[in-house]
Amino acid sequence: MPITTTKSAFWAGVRDGAPFMVVAGPFAMLFGVLATEAGLNLFEVMSFSVVVIAGAAQFTALQLMQDNAPVVIVLISALAVNLRVAMYSAALTPYLGSAPLWQRIFAAYLLVDQSYALSHAKYEAMPQMGVPQRMAYYFGTCTLVMMVWFGCSYAGAALGTALPADIPLDFALPIAFLSMVAPMVRTLPHLIAALVAILVSLVAVAVPYSLGLLIAGLAGMMAGAKAEVLLGKRQAP
Amino acid sequence: MIDKYTLWFVIFGLGIGSFLLRFTFLGFVGDRPLPEWLLRHLRYTAVAILPALCAPLVVYSGTDGSTDPTRVIAAIATVAAGILTRNTFIAIAAGAAALFGSVYLIG
Repeated sequence: MPITTTKSAFWAGVRDGAPFMVVAGPFAMLFGVLATEAGLNLFEVMSFSVVVIAGAAQFTALQLMQDNAPVVIVLISALAVNLRVAMYSAALTPYLGSAPLWQRIFAAYLLVDQSYALSHAKYEAMPQMGVPQRMAYYFGTCTLVMMVWFGCSYAGAALGTALPADIPLDFALPIAFLSMVAPMVRTLPHLIAALVAILVSLVAVAVPYSLGLLIAGLAGMMAGAKAEVLLGKRQAP
Repeated sequence: MIDKYTLWFVIFGLGIGSFLLRFTFLGFVGDRPLPEWLLRHLRYTAVAILPALCAPLVVYSGTDGSTDPTRVIAAIATVAAGILTRNTFIAIAAGAAALFGSVYLIG
C-alpha cells in the first residue's frame, strides 16, 4: 500500500495499531483494578496511567509501594523494568532524529512497545518514506492504543471496588508478568538470565530495602550476557 | 495503605524517569552507536527483572513465608502456556484457569 501523504501515513498507522487495542486494554484495566484495591482513588489511578504510560513499570511500582519499599528502590526497580524503551528510542533515532524537537518530545512521551514495533518494521520495509510521513505513521500507531490505555485504566479503577472479595486478585500481577515474559524467552541465554534471576531473587528476598530485586535482576542480566558470549555471537533480534 | 506523599513522588518520579529513558536517544544521543557490552546486558533486562519480581511472590505465597501450592500451579501453567504458544493472552487464560481450578480443588 503506497504512503504518499502525511495524512495517508497517519491513517495507515491507525489501521496497523488497531489490533493492539486488545493487548493494551486488559493490562490497563488490571492496573486500574489493582491500584484501586491498593487504595488509590480514581484521580490517582488516572494520573499514574497518563504520566507514566508503562504497564510493567506501573505494576512494579504498585507492588513495591505496597511492600513499603523505600522510594528510591521503587523508582530504580520500576525504571529498570522499563529500560527497554531506551533501546526503542535508540532504534528509532536514525529514522526520526531529524524531526522537529517538539515532535520528538511527543514521540518520546508516546514511545511504547506497540509504537516502536510497528514503526520500526515499517521504516525498514519502506526506506523511501520521508520524515514527516514517518512521524505521521508513528502518531497513528499510538492513537487508538492510548485511547484504550486511558479508557481501560478508568474502567478498571471504576470497577475495582465492585469486584467480589473472594477472587484471588493478589495473584493477578504474577500471572500478568509471567505471561508477558514467557514469550520473550526465545534463546538459551534468555532462559539462563531468567533462571539465574529467579534463584537469586529467592535467596536475596531477605536483603533489606527490597534491594533483592535489583541484585537478582543484575545477576540475571550478567548471566544472560555472559551466556550469549560463551555460546557464540548469537544475536537476539 | 500507600502513603499519599510517597505515591505522588513515585508517580512524578516515574513519569520524569520514563520520559528521560524514552527521550535520551531520540533527543540527546542522536544516532551514535552504543557499546556492544551495554546492549548485550540491556537485552536481558526484561527476562531477568520480571521473573525476579514474580519468583518470591510465587514461592513465598502462603502465610509466614510458606508456599501456597495453588499459586505455584498457576505460575507453572502461565509460563508453560506462554513458552509453548508465544501468546500472552493464552498464557493469562491458562494461568487464571489453573488458579481458579486449583483453589477450587485444593482450597
